[in-house]
Amino acid sequence: MRQESPSSALFPVGARVRQRNLGDAVFYRVTQFFAFMILALVAVTAYEMYRTSSASIDAFGFEFIVRSVWDPVRDEYGALPFIFGTVVSSVLSLVLALPLGLGVAIFLSELAPAWLARPISFVVELLAAIPSIVYGLWGFFILVPWLRTSVEPLLIRQFGSFPFFSGAPYGIGMLAAVFILAIMILPIISSISRDVLTAVPISQREAALALGSTSWEATRIAISYSRSGILGATILALGRALGETMAVTMVIGNRPTISASLLEPGYTMASVLANEFTEATSELYISALIEIALILFVITLVVNAIARLLVWSVTRGSEVQQ
Amino acid sequence: MIDSTLTDSSQPESGVPSGVDRRSFEDRPTKVRAENVKAYFGKTQALKGISLDILSNQVTAIIGPSGCGKSTFLRSINRMHETVLGGRIEGKVTLDGQDIYKMDPVSVRRRVGMVFQKPNPFPTMSIFDNVAAGLTFNGLAKRSALGEIVERSLRQAALWDEVKDVLDKNGMSLSGGQQQRLCIARTLAINPEVVLMDEPASALDPLATAKIEELINELKKEYTIVIVTHNMQQAARVSDFTAFLYLGELVEVDRTKEIFTNPRKKQTEDYITGRFG
Repeated sequence: MRQESPSSALFPVGARVRQRNLGDAVFYRVTQFFAFMILALVAVTAYEMYRTSSASIDAFGFEFIVRSVWDPVRDEYGALPFIFGTVVSSVLSLVLALPLGLGVAIFLSELAPAWLARPISFVVELLAAIPSIVYGLWGFFILVPWLRTSVEPLLIRQFGSFPFFSGAPYGIGMLAAVFILAIMILPIISSISRDVLTAVPISQREAALALGSTSWEATRIAISYSRSGILGATILALGRALGETMAVTMVIGNRPTISASLLEPGYTMASVLANEFTEATSELYISALIEIALILFVITLVVNAIARLLVWSVTRGSEVQQ
Repeated sequence: MIDSTLTDSSQPESGVPSGVDRRSFEDRPTKVRAENVKAYFGKTQALKGISLDILSNQVTAIIGPSGCGKSTFLRSINRMHETVLGGRIEGKVTLDGQDIYKMDPVSVRRRVGMVFQKPNPFPTMSIFDNVAAGLTFNGLAKRSALGEIVERSLRQAALWDEVKDVLDKNGMSLSGGQQQRLCIARTLAINPEVVLMDEPASALDPLATAKIEELINELKKEYTIVIVTHNMQQAARVSDFTAFLYLGELVEVDRTKEIFTNPRKKQTEDYITGRFG
């Protein structure tokens, strides 16, 4: 939408204009070509994945996404444990990171003095720039041992009767993946939320303050004003968590099981692709992996579509009537 | 430069409280008194010691060229100036004799409401919730009492008839002039004693402006009003007293009629006749 309106205003493609001004017409066509290239890329990617996974689709059909078996030796494949691992690890990491990230954003944009806000913002953005393999190493050598020796035994002792925290303290497992992902998406949530909070017009804050609001109430006004942006940040973070590969692969345990316990190992779609793609021998094996990639692709598309819908439904009410 | 000591005895006695010279007018009590108010943005001084009495239930207009400190002075009366980064006030402002800089800013702003230059309704709220916003913040009114207060405020702001059937609609769906009256209603809902207006009509068309001006005239029965305006005709139309500020100093304050017909200072005369500014 943003690309459409200025271009149509600046470069009206009425026949007469095109004839009169060759330069504009060429410019319009060239940029249009680039824009359509993006659409074509997405379409080709989807089609290619569909085509190369056809062997698996033919063999397992819809069953593929509800089957829990993953047995390359007998050429039996099902994607459910991976879908489960991806969705659960991403959603739980979001649950952890959202309040934290929002808190950081509120502090940085509303409360912190400039001398403190600037260095903290810088470090938060630095977090986003750390390569995921580094997070993975840190997770493997620091986070996992800590979980194994301190956190998980405690959880088992206190909450062991709940199915979520039953089992043995492996260290490696779903919980470690959730922690790593939460740390990795924290900077996305906090830096985007901080930006949208900072972008709230001063008139909104002043309106609240002049009505005798406390600074917490003025902050609530600012949050409410920027809720669509915060929602967008959240969905972006979810997208990142869904696709995150390396760091998760290193700490989640890579076992295709579905367990209610967060202490048990799991597997994600991205991880299984990274781990097994090079070793896939049979045609059906490769095909099944590509079908998993296709499912991941569709899930991220759907998540983004839902995000757009949510943002749209939130902002629709507040748009100025034309 | 400007002679800020307005105690020149050769000037005609007008009985006007101006500068350091304070006399009461028609027995109207002083609502807000500014004593040697100096305002700073960081190291820049925006007000160089303003002393001014604002009388109860009167409309006081503050005029002057851009950057003369009109808005800053207004914002020193409800402690909004200090919300700006580097904003600082020296001197004393009293409300009914109480030093507002020794009070809790939240309670000051509840007693001294403010309407801004551009209409700024809360975009995520309905018309009803916009008006009720100040009350729900402060937990002042019970949910059941809100309806009554919202209606009263919207009536006072002369908006009730236009919005009574669409109270659930978003505040942003109103026209600019209606939005500004919505903001006035929102301010009135918390029942302030003083209403500050910072060029409330400058973003509006002439018809909406006329409505706001009419409203100001109505409101002074219940509220003390201070209005900053660029528009001298507007000052002449709506105000009882006019203060002329120039470069952060109070040049002259008098009855509006006097200021516009018989200013005592050359600078004031030059400004209102359009010779500079």
